[in-house]
Amino acid sequence: MDLYEYQGRDLFERHGLPVLAGGVANTPEEARAIAERLGGRVVVKAQVKVGGRGKAGGVKLAEGTDETVARATDILGMDIKGHTVHKVMITVTADVAEEYYFSYLLDRANRTFLCIASVAGGMDIEQVAADTPDKVVKAPIDAVKGVDEAKAREIVTAAGFPADVADQVVEVAVGLWQAFVAEDATLVEVNPLAKTGDGKLLLLDAKVTLDENAAFRHPDHEALVDQAAVDPLEQAAKEKDLNYVKLDGEVGIIGNGAGLVMSTLDVVAYAGERHGNVKPANFLDIGGGASAAVMANGLEIVLSDPSVRSVFVNVFGGITACDEVANGIVQALALLEQRGEKVTKPLVVRLDGNNAEAGRAILDGANNPLVQRVDTMDGAAERAAELAAAGV
Amino acid sequence: MAIWLTKDSKVIVQGMTGSEGSKHTRRMLAAGTNVVGGTNPRKAGQSVDFDGTALPVFATVADAMAETGADVTVIFVPPQFTKAAVIEAIDAGIPLAVVITEGVPVHDTAAFWAYNVAKGERTRIIGPNCPGIASPGASNAGIIPADITGSGRIGLVSKSGTLTYQMMYELRDIGFSTCVGIGGDPIIGTTHIDALAAFEADPDTDAIVMIGEIGGDAEERAAEFIKSHVTKPVVGYIAGFTAPPGKTMGHAGAIISGSAGTAEAKKEALEAVGVKVGKTPTETAKLMREIMSAG
Repeated sequence: MDLYEYQGRDLFERHGLPVLAGGVANTPEEARAIAERLGGRVVVKAQVKVGGRGKAGGVKLAEGTDETVARATDILGMDIKGHTVHKVMITVTADVAEEYYFSYLLDRANRTFLCIASVAGGMDIEQVAADTPDKVVKAPIDAVKGVDEAKAREIVTAAGFPADVADQVVEVAVGLWQAFVAEDATLVEVNPLAKTGDGKLLLLDAKVTLDENAAFRHPDHEALVDQAAVDPLEQAAKEKDLNYVKLDGEVGIIGNGAGLVMSTLDVVAYAGERHGNVKPANFLDIGGGASAAVMANGLEIVLSDPSVRSVFVNVFGGITACDEVANGIVQALALLEQRGEKVTKPLVVRLDGNNAEAGRAILDGANNPLVQRVDTMDGAAERAAELAAAGV
Repeated sequence: MAIWLTKDSKVIVQGMTGSEGSKHTRRMLAAGTNVVGGTNPRKAGQSVDFDGTALPVFATVADAMAETGADVTVIFVPPQFTKAAVIEAIDAGIPLAVVITEGVPVHDTAAFWAYNVAKGERTRIIGPNCPGIASPGASNAGIIPADITGSGRIGLVSKSGTLTYQMMYELRDIGFSTCVGIGGDPIIGTTHIDALAAFEADPDTDAIVMIGEIGGDAEERAAEFIKSHVTKPVVGYIAGFTAPPGKTMGHAGAIISGSAGTAEAKKEALEAVGVKVGKTPTETAKLMREIMSAG
């Protein structure tokens, strides 16, 4: 889960790291209250999870309460690269003398964590690394040993931080590592890490990603989810423990196993190239079990997407045999009818693997005119795309 | 023969007395796996009956190894206990630990991996979030259905469980030496490269199917490895061409970050080193079939 800047700032503050005083506002009225509390000159920043907001006009300076309210009013509701601004962060300003860069992140390739540090901050670090690689230090961090003062000093020396801030950077490096571990983050990025005119260090931006697999030990992380930004179908699916991602297409997809479902999306998109350019409408992995209840919940979610014209149920019977899956589909359709949500869109079902013949016989026996059985994945994708194109 | 798991492998199950653990212990036994016991400190000294096979429960992996000579452990414990279970297996020095558990925090995986490295990598870790490893006809450690295919001369390495099963099914008439599901997490103990190297060295594997998906650059690195180290034919498949950036597609590691980790880049990297990449699983199986029938 990616956090908003203000959430990252709050997280840093909770871990004792130096950040600017500030607050977050959803409305001009809230902006007024914050401006009155902070007083004087402030910066108003659009809270969106996308880069380039400064260039888009989403970051403005303001002097005094009225101007702060005016700038907040301008920015709230603004569209930045397809993201509507619902919140602004307002902070006091800093007298920035120098800008540095500091981050910890997951290093998948080396199966550990990485620290990236540079005295050339305030710009895109990948660009800095490409243009002046000697200005960027990338230090692997041992996940067991972590970052203690000695390790931090090693990084600070390697990156060439000026002597007058070195001790402070060491302190920030250790504190930021502790926050990274304590919060189960996979990224904490500070750009810029600023030195002020009077020689103090400040974390002026915050980019934080948290590991959702660690949610069980962070009950407080749930509150960081921006409910307004969550797709309602994704939310409904989550409440039913379904792994669903909304996409922009017409063919609803249900399958078992993340890899198979991803593959199904691709195969449907290829088939769609031949049928009116229809595309997959969603990712939905119902997992290995695929019981009738789970299948019914899955169908319910997929069919409540108004852009869905046909549904492709692609199941490989592994642990769950195909006859159980077929029974699940038949019962799911009956269950939905009982719930008053009778299915009206065509379903293309492909069952393969364990007990495939028995499963197919069950579907044939049920004789539901909406259910079409196609026995290969590619053939079924073709049929589902064709039906979606015809139904548009 | 096969890689890493053979008919001589002696398998224990950490979490054998739990619901998933007991269900799959029964299935592994039915597949002919030599399961010799399990662990649960609270039930040590007891035994559990699996359709007539009584398996002893030990307090620790070390005890189980000392008593049974076990050399493989399959881990089914819940995510909050997985790190401790893997570290226990590493401390015992068991040669192979298969971590089935899904949903392990990546800081925990990074920690047990670093611990394993510090101990000299005595333990090969497969997973987490994986279906395990199967050498058809010989042994099955994990949750891969044992009756999809028989023994043969294709090696399979895959990030995805169901795509593994799909590929085994498509090529069931030819058969597999070993199928390894390496898992879909961002940090995993055994990579595509590890499996490619083992299959290259395995006299009973003639060709290799490699299945990847969006996220990270493991497939690109595997392509580099194939270029200089793999002489056997490799056929590839990549899932996730239509996945949008920034969205996790089921597997914790299956996410395109910015422009990194796309299916297109992986396919190009593999094709650049001469690996044929199928557009669909079926087409991929067909490519492998052509290689095997050309002999």
